[in-house]
Amino acid sequence: MPKLNIDGQDVSVEPGTSVLQACEQLGIEIPRFCYHERLSVAANCRMCLVEMERSPKPIASCAMPCADGMVIKTNTEVVKRARQGVMELILLNHPLDCPICDQGGECDLQDQAVAYGGEHTRSIDERRVVPNKDFGPLVKTEMTRCILCTRCVRFCEEIAGVSVLGAVGRGTHSEVTTFVEQAIASELSGNLIDVCPVGALTSKPYAFSARPWELRKTESIDVFDAVGSNIRVDVRGAEVLRVVPRLNEDVNEEWIGDKSRFAIDGLKRQRIDRPYVRHNGKLQPASWDEAFAAIGAKLKGVPGAKIAALAGDMVDVEAMAALKDLMAALGSANVDCRQDGARFDTSARVGYLFNTTIVGLEQADALLVIGADPRVEAPIVNARIRKRYRESALGVALIGQAVDLTYSYQHLGEGPEPLVGLADGSHPFAAVLKAAKNPVVILGAGALARADGLALQALVRQVVEANEVVREGWNGFNVLHLAAARVGGLDIGFLPGAGGRDTRSILEGAQAGEIEVVYLLGADEIDASRLGKAFVIYQGHHGDRGAHRADVVLPGAAYTEKNATFVNTEGRVQRARQALYPVGEAREDWKIVRALSERLGCTLPYDNLAQVRGRMAAANPVFAGGEELVAAPWQAFGTAGAVDPAPFAPVIENFYMTDPISRASVTMAKCTEAFVLSREGKTGTHG
Amino acid sequence: MSTPASVAGLQPESFAFTPENLATAEKIISRYPAERKASAVLPLLHLAQRQHDNWLPRVAMDYVADLLGMARIRVYEVATFYTMYNHKPVGKHLIEVCTTTPCWLRGSDEVLGACKRRLGIDVGETTADGKFTLVEVECAGACVNAPVVAIGEDYYEDLDGPAIVAVIDQLERGEIPTPGSQIGRRGACPATGPTTLTTKPGADDKAVSGGTDD
Repeated sequence: MPKLNIDGQDVSVEPGTSVLQACEQLGIEIPRFCYHERLSVAANCRMCLVEMERSPKPIASCAMPCADGMVIKTNTEVVKRARQGVMELILLNHPLDCPICDQGGECDLQDQAVAYGGEHTRSIDERRVVPNKDFGPLVKTEMTRCILCTRCVRFCEEIAGVSVLGAVGRGTHSEVTTFVEQAIASELSGNLIDVCPVGALTSKPYAFSARPWELRKTESIDVFDAVGSNIRVDVRGAEVLRVVPRLNEDVNEEWIGDKSRFAIDGLKRQRIDRPYVRHNGKLQPASWDEAFAAIGAKLKGVPGAKIAALAGDMVDVEAMAALKDLMAALGSANVDCRQDGARFDTSARVGYLFNTTIVGLEQADALLVIGADPRVEAPIVNARIRKRYRESALGVALIGQAVDLTYSYQHLGEGPEPLVGLADGSHPFAAVLKAAKNPVVILGAGALARADGLALQALVRQVVEANEVVREGWNGFNVLHLAAARVGGLDIGFLPGAGGRDTRSILEGAQAGEIEVVYLLGADEIDASRLGKAFVIYQGHHGDRGAHRADVVLPGAAYTEKNATFVNTEGRVQRARQALYPVGEAREDWKIVRALSERLGCTLPYDNLAQVRGRMAAANPVFAGGEELVAAPWQAFGTAGAVDPAPFAPVIENFYMTDPISRASVTMAKCTEAFVLSREGKTGTHG
Repeated sequence: MSTPASVAGLQPESFAFTPENLATAEKIISRYPAERKASAVLPLLHLAQRQHDNWLPRVAMDYVADLLGMARIRVYEVATFYTMYNHKPVGKHLIEVCTTTPCWLRGSDEVLGACKRRLGIDVGETTADGKFTLVEVECAGACVNAPVVAIGEDYYEDLDGPAIVAVIDQLERGEIPTPGSQIGRRGACPATGPTTLTTKPGADDKAVSGGTDD
């Protein structure tokens, strides 16, 4: 433990700590541009210079490891002048176009120039101009503003795992570029905007729309995948202008996926802003009263067994809790939150959670991915795997479609056959799992949606048990879910009750006429043509597949418009907070269900959010606690059976369009064109 | 350097090492540990440039990147950093006139001016017959014999206007001018002739008293 003295204070730090980090531990602010705690150290901006005793000149504190007996000074005249000099050099070629720069008001360069810079430049030379680059539909470039800190280059290389950016040329001619013009094909590319300390890389969809001080900021939770990334929703008036990540070391660190960041323009389009009732085959605008009356008239006399409810991928736990209670009051046990038709064992919580936790992946030393493509299903989880891979040369094996995961892996096969060998120990990778200290198995939720999901789940459990993937103090079994609503639905028990039908059976029943009323709570990913002649009630926020088929449409609230609970794939209970009001006559979803229950004569026993949450906590104690994780005890799950040897099919074909919001987003449509369609059309000479 | 409008059209479709160069490349790669074979990028780019008329098209950089298992952008970074890699076609003889301080003090302006007049082109340009390209470079590292011009792999030193014109004339005729000092001094000896070690060691002199190299 090196002991050193910084500004007269003695401090001892972990070996390998840099002087900059030691200063931070003491609360001393060191200005920097190129240094970023999650990226490698480049030490090229020189802004972090401090004085070190017995050194002839100031040192770059980000790159200097602490050593015993060092005496560091950060507030001397030498340091002040050094910073001023560096700032003058950085600003030599910076355009100072702050009034028209989107970074203005939240710019590191702006802030640090005020705090540490001089008052004028002595340069009389012309500033250089750098041509802009086309990085695709998400990241806007203004390369003249670039100060060549290379954070973006390192982010692409190290975090995103796509080596497309580089600093080419030298000296005054150097510039950050892809060299061969191409869009940055990464599902994490939006984070470049955050790592850029100046206005060189900014958000293209957000360009010229607002200043940071005009925005009302609400801390919330993302719902575009099952990770539950922590986000901040920035709103002006009645419009979500942008979504940026919020630090949560356990979940998303400080990154979010591109869909989470950029699909928000979909919140303004295709919205259901009032109730609709189908008359003569056409959906007609209606009042709440008329819509409820239509439902009441239809439900009259229909036995519970002929009523069913399905919940979608972005639905909050409150709404599911209320709808489940309503269905129970109507006498129906036909409810399912797995609209993908997955049939797996939900009796053991450990059997459907990402038990290792996302942060736990950083201890993994062997990883088996089964039927999942984490890069598109959960980019944040993939980034965490890659982080571990870079630190430790993590041995990864994949069963499923061979895809580019941004790290190398051993491809064991496309279908489930290798699992048998892994379960009985005959497969060579079984030994790797067994020998590992912290082995991890990730089972894709898409694989569980196969007809043999139940048997597959049991087979993977055998693999896990045979190779001691779950052991004292370590649980390496994980299910990687796709939908933000899923674990919440499973936890609240939005599942078929005794004698109830599941999704497949509900659809079959609807086709056969055995189900007369189907309540779709934001469920859009089902094949609406299979609903037969059933009377369909759709409650949700977007006019997507479900609403098109509906007979009554009830306008619900999107995730930015309600105080709602979501449970991520780890089983982490998190609360989204209302950033703005629902559009038009739309209402928070649980309130709609509560109001409907009153009209149907079976009033649900809660009148406010606290009471709904009390009901949730009573149903499952996980909702009673805070956001900290409760480890689920290991127990048997799944039912052994025949497993179909068919290859695992990709679950997400287009990362940019997976749900009603992103399907309505113009930005996501542009991404689809730039990244997905171009990839399918590529001939092999691309790049 | 000004970029001819036709450069894009000049980019070839493909590039691959000749069998001999591939053997050389493999030899170079074998000097480094297998997981560090990216270290061979500089000599391989040089080899590719030699094979391809002294300039590096993009496909050649891509080829080297793939050969070394590097991301292509990493090779572009390296190749654009070093000025001795040419990214567009150059003449048969690349005339690199050093104009850094020592050469400048010793008359590089005259040398450069003579080149321009003799060839009828400006810095960064290539003669119409494609024989000569003229560029200005920073320190060529032979300051003792300034001013210096590098042509291809040879250095011509102690130049003035007429001397460089004579060199160019010979190249024009297809001859190979004698590299090195153009005023007849040997290596980097003093211009006025040797002032030390003027006699054979071990002979009758005292001038080498102190000298031990025999």
